[in-house]
Amino acid sequence: MPAPEQRDEVEMLSLMLLIRRFEERASQQYQAQKIGGFCHLYIGQEAVVIGAVAATRNDDYLITAYRDHAHALARGTSADACMAELFGKATGCSRGLGGSMHYFDKANHMYGGHAIVGAHVPLAVGMAFASKYRGEDRVTLCFFGDGAINQGAFHEALNLAALYKLPVIFICENNLFAMGTSVERSTSLKEIVERAEGYDMQKVVADGMNFREVRDKLSEVIAQIRQEPHPAFVEIRTYRYRGHSMSDPASYRTKEQLEKYRMDDPITRLRAQLTREGRLTHEQFDAMDKAAKETALNSVKFAEESEEPPLEKLYDYTYVA
Amino acid sequence: MSEMREITYRQALNEALAEELDRDPNVFLIGEEVAQYNGAYKVSQGLLDRFGANRIVDTPISENGFAGLGIGAAMVGLRPIVEFMTFSFSLVAFDQIVNNAPNMLTMSGGQFNIPITFRGPNGPAHQLGATHSHATECLYANFPGLKICTPATPRDAKGLLKTAIRDNNPVLVLESELLYSSKGLIEPEGQELLIPLGQAELKREGTDVTIICYAQTVPLALAAAAALEEEEISAEVLDLRSIKPLDLRTILNSVAKTHRVVIAEQDRPYCGIGSEICFRIQDQIFDELDAPIARVSQEDVPMPYNERLEKAVLPSAEKIIAAAKRVCNA
Repeated sequence: MPAPEQRDEVEMLSLMLLIRRFEERASQQYQAQKIGGFCHLYIGQEAVVIGAVAATRNDDYLITAYRDHAHALARGTSADACMAELFGKATGCSRGLGGSMHYFDKANHMYGGHAIVGAHVPLAVGMAFASKYRGEDRVTLCFFGDGAINQGAFHEALNLAALYKLPVIFICENNLFAMGTSVERSTSLKEIVERAEGYDMQKVVADGMNFREVRDKLSEVIAQIRQEPHPAFVEIRTYRYRGHSMSDPASYRTKEQLEKYRMDDPITRLRAQLTREGRLTHEQFDAMDKAAKETALNSVKFAEESEEPPLEKLYDYTYVA
Repeated sequence: MSEMREITYRQALNEALAEELDRDPNVFLIGEEVAQYNGAYKVSQGLLDRFGANRIVDTPISENGFAGLGIGAAMVGLRPIVEFMTFSFSLVAFDQIVNNAPNMLTMSGGQFNIPITFRGPNGPAHQLGATHSHATECLYANFPGLKICTPATPRDAKGLLKTAIRDNNPVLVLESELLYSSKGLIEPEGQELLIPLGQAELKREGTDVTIICYAQTVPLALAAAAALEEEEISAEVLDLRSIKPLDLRTILNSVAKTHRVVIAEQDRPYCGIGSEICFRIQDQIFDELDAPIARVSQEDVPMPYNERLEKAVLPSAEKIIAAAKRVCNA
């Protein structure tokens, strides 16, 4: 019987595998034109959200931007509900009304899925405000990309969080590119984490290709925040293997750069760590991977067979009673 | 019913805030100068002392930030009242108000409604120039998911604001700076006063022409109706009170009675509130109309500072009288 934290790491690895296999399947379905609109893949960044989720409680608030499939899956939204959302079906996690960029799952404390860059950062501050208002020790995790850090909403949100000492962690998933614009071309700072300095905020940097580092650094910050509410800024350096969205061939970056990060793959790394430590066999890994692939494949079947949202309910979600 | 009393529009809003803060611990007020300064227009006078800094929250000048904070807090069960010092400044928070607040329910497939109230003065005041004189109702009315009310009297101010705070959707309560010190009759303190959104009110009955108005044009329309009576034109004055939902039934009933319409609006003419109402009237009861519908609105120019020019831009009782005479062929 492995110790709880050991079992946890294997479970986290299997979630990372699920995210990857789900998104590979989503990519294939997008190319087959089963999925509309925009579709932004997370492949390569899995250790960021899984490292964060491994460090948090299930009732901590989580909110992110439009590259959100992984965040829902990490929080426990089913692959079926995620794929059905991409297909625009009524069984989707947002009933087919949100799409790829607007995943929501209230029961699992996944607060979206927000597609205007930077605009959800003030929402995270409001969620943290509510925690403090009610005297809860919940922490809000607010994910965004390096492209968000030059938006006004982001700056206003950080100032408010620092001013009111709110329990929120601003997690910048720095994958080096805001669509096709590199950080050097978008940001006046050499290091993104220095944004925290302007708001007198705790700052941390973590290697986003390393699950354990992300988890451990966030665990430390979260423990401090639960003790004494305050905001923190965490820059997690990562890389997306795919383009900004499905329609982006990513010609603005080099093959060498991509290969460098692929050699440092977060799934391969955690697998190697666990194998080396004798906590995971090749057979176990293969079985986990096979299960992830099957779950992803089955989610396509589920999505295909699901019903469209009914036309007669078109007006049902504009106002509540 | 017990004795009515006279209070100001400002006091009425203050009572509404205090009563709802008292009633529901999830309600809080946030905005610039709302706490220690007691409100830029003193609407929140005394609330900090009574409810404390946890619930009456001063913000930096950061409209986009604190509007978004309110929406996020509403996502997890609080009922924020966000004060804009003026709705001209709400434009800095436009993305939060039109993208996040009203879209969340649909985008989440019905999981997240946003019970938030955005309130503050709206529309031109006096010589504040182009940036501070916006009438924003026509902008916000274009977004499904938002509700909008425009109280013109102390009684409506209190009753509509209380209803807005209890509503489970984002509601904009568009107040009027020029009306804050105006007085009116209202139910006694302690008597519950809730006025439903989407109910217009006949402020004056008449038979020859319907003057449709709201917010700052209500006193203008009433003054115009009094003057028209001298000239034997009987004007009915219909205060919309809510822009969205719109009380079309009451509008149509009045028009079916008078057969002539003047729409007095405080926004600008192009895609203004009057265009929508005009369309709906002709669409529903074209045959009841004895004359083309007239509109009195601002002129279609950025607001000039100069007092004489500003007066020329704004709707006025004189302009409403002239429009009423025109549609009555008088």
